[in-house]
Amino acid sequence: MTAMTMIEAIRDAHMVAMESDDRVVVFGEDVGYFGGVFRCTQGLQERFGDHRCFDSPISEAGIVGAAVGMAAYGLRPCVEIQFADYVYPAYDQIVSEAARVRHRSAGDFSAPIVVRMPTGGGIFGGQTHSQSPEALFTHVSGLKTVVVSNPHDAKGLLIAAIEDDDPVVFLEPKRVYNGPFDGHHDRPIVPWSKHPLGDVPDGHYSIEIGKARVHREGSDLTVLAYGTLVHVAQAAAEEQGIDAEVIDLRTLVPLDVDAIVESVEKTGRCLVVHEATLTSGFGAELCAVVQERCLFHLEAPIRRVCGWDTPYPHAHEWSYFPGPDRVGRAMRELLST
Amino acid sequence: MELSTDVLTDMHRRMVRIRLFEEAAGKLAEAAKLPGFLHLYVGQEAVASGVCTALTDQDQITSTHRGHGHLVAKGGEFKPMMAELMGKATGYNKGKGGSMHISNLDVGMLGANGIVGAGAPIAVGAGFGNKLKGNGNVAAAFFGDGSTNIGAFHEAANMACALKLPVLFICENNEYGEFTARDKTMAITDIVDRAAGYGMPGVIVDGMDVVAIHEATIEAKNRAVRGEGPSLIEAKTYRFYNHHGVQNLGLKYRTDDEVAEWKQRDPIFTFEDRMIDAGTATRDDFDGVWAELRADIDEAIQFAEDSPVPDVDQLLVDVYTEMPAGATS
Ligand SMILES: Cc1ncc(C[n+]2csc(CCOP(=O)(O)OP(=O)(O)O)c2C)c(N)n1
Ligand SMILES: [Mg+2]
Repeated sequence: MTAMTMIEAIRDAHMVAMESDDRVVVFGEDVGYFGGVFRCTQGLQERFGDHRCFDSPISEAGIVGAAVGMAAYGLRPCVEIQFADYVYPAYDQIVSEAARVRHRSAGDFSAPIVVRMPTGGGIFGGQTHSQSPEALFTHVSGLKTVVVSNPHDAKGLLIAAIEDDDPVVFLEPKRVYNGPFDGHHDRPIVPWSKHPLGDVPDGHYSIEIGKARVHREGSDLTVLAYGTLVHVAQAAAEEQGIDAEVIDLRTLVPLDVDAIVESVEKTGRCLVVHEATLTSGFGAELCAVVQERCLFHLEAPIRRVCGWDTPYPHAHEWSYFPGPDRVGRAMRELLST
Repeated sequence: MELSTDVLTDMHRRMVRIRLFEEAAGKLAEAAKLPGFLHLYVGQEAVASGVCTALTDQDQITSTHRGHGHLVAKGGEFKPMMAELMGKATGYNKGKGGSMHISNLDVGMLGANGIVGAGAPIAVGAGFGNKLKGNGNVAAAFFGDGSTNIGAFHEAANMACALKLPVLFICENNEYGEFTARDKTMAITDIVDRAAGYGMPGVIVDGMDVVAIHEATIEAKNRAVRGEGPSLIEAKTYRFYNHHGVQNLGLKYRTDDEVAEWKQRDPIFTFEDRMIDAGTATRDDFDGVWAELRADIDEAIQFAEDSPVPDVDQLLVDVYTEMPAGATS
């Protein structure tokens, strides 16, 4: 075990994957020589050469499209979209190509690619550097969508994603790169080196895509969360003195329905949280699953706490961000219904 | 082309206004008084100033993530700009845009843009409007060298040329896209080589020479107004600070020598020297301009700091949303 930040864990996952499989190539904007604006690919070019880790032009569509072509001929590209907010030009390649080539070629070829992207807010990035577009991917058949919340999972899931035979969209909430941000923007974060989930196994290990994790056990209510909101939900539960069970979904597609059902059947109450805007967010899917599978165990209507239906703001970021106050209030209300 | 003293003075003023605004914004960001990413335009002042002195308020521009300089040059006022950067209610966009999305239609500035390449197609649309209305205005798209690698640029350039629109493509080639040198991401040295592929003329100008940029813009504008379509101007320039913020993060991607060499060619100081040598202005004249504008910027900072933050309800205003006002409070 080594204590790592999420950035170091992601870097380490690249190292391990590139070391163990020379078909793995890594590229994106500023990824090679500079090592990535968030430093997630630092040292890769030096170690593996610029034929395996290189700088792409500012060409998101080109990056993903090239990855699809590489994958068709046996490579395992793991590309970085510098911010999830920049992915839209590449959306066509992700949706129309990466997600579909396996099906339409009847399995003749496929796109085992990973598209990594820092996601989410809490960094004063405004409307083009803070978005959480996960639902745009979960809505697309053929894609897997992973959202990590800590260094331990980030390494194991990234290695699994690179080894996966299907395209994986891998979202890294940048607000938790350096520590488990709990939504209290006016307090310093605990660094990962002082957090158990900052302990990362050495060498090769992977976490199965499709398995949620019970982040905090509890019996009063279930919180379904992923990414940064896992830590916010934990803080809210502790501050409210509520015995909430916080499920870190880790992968949205495939979704660990069994873990959700088990927890909601136990607690009888369910709160869904995410940073993304409310309407048609992934939370809507979660509500549907809970309703379909757990209706007769529910003692109160399912609640959602999400970003407001508005562009991510420049001013009033902390009103938009579903912080521990809003999440805590919803917990109290959920318990009193 | 013989430029009048008025035009030369105007160019100088615009460059100094940009420099002062950017230096002030940089300091405020370092003091954690400005939220968000800040992409400073210092070093490139001649480009925006040379172009915008050739445009009117009715001509439009689109901009980039490095957009304050373009807005200042187009006639943006310090106070609402500084307030916007601080996210205040008195900002041009009531604090909703911030540094990367500041805009002001009164002066024809269609917005800084956090998305690389996004501005160019919008300029095409503005140009189309001008053509349809026959108003004789032009739309100028500012964009960086790196942005010419993204599809949106290609689509904009092709469309503008195909439709022969009054659009000017102004490339600010500062040799880097973020932390990556141009030669790592494209096989050409001069962006202007791309112009022929779309069927428009392209010229390279010294991006540290405001007069040269102004003259090239006048020519491109005249051509556009005559109905002959777009032109591409490539200004060779350099940003003096880091990609965003002021300080380099300690990670080297440019050599100190290279930065120092370009700083020798400071667009404002070299212009002042030339004017003084030519007897067009004196050092005292210039000192007076700097002092006057410094006072303006100090006032603008005070104004922005004293301004209120917008109502939280503003989050759900100016956007189609089903959420009722008040939902956020
Ligand atoms: C679609 C998209 N991809 C990537 C980015 C990140 N990004 C912001 S500025 C920049 C470099 C732009 O380079 P250039 O066009 O040369 O402009 P400069 O910063 O040099 O002024 C990049 C890659 C972005 N904002 N949008
Ligand atoms: Mg550049």
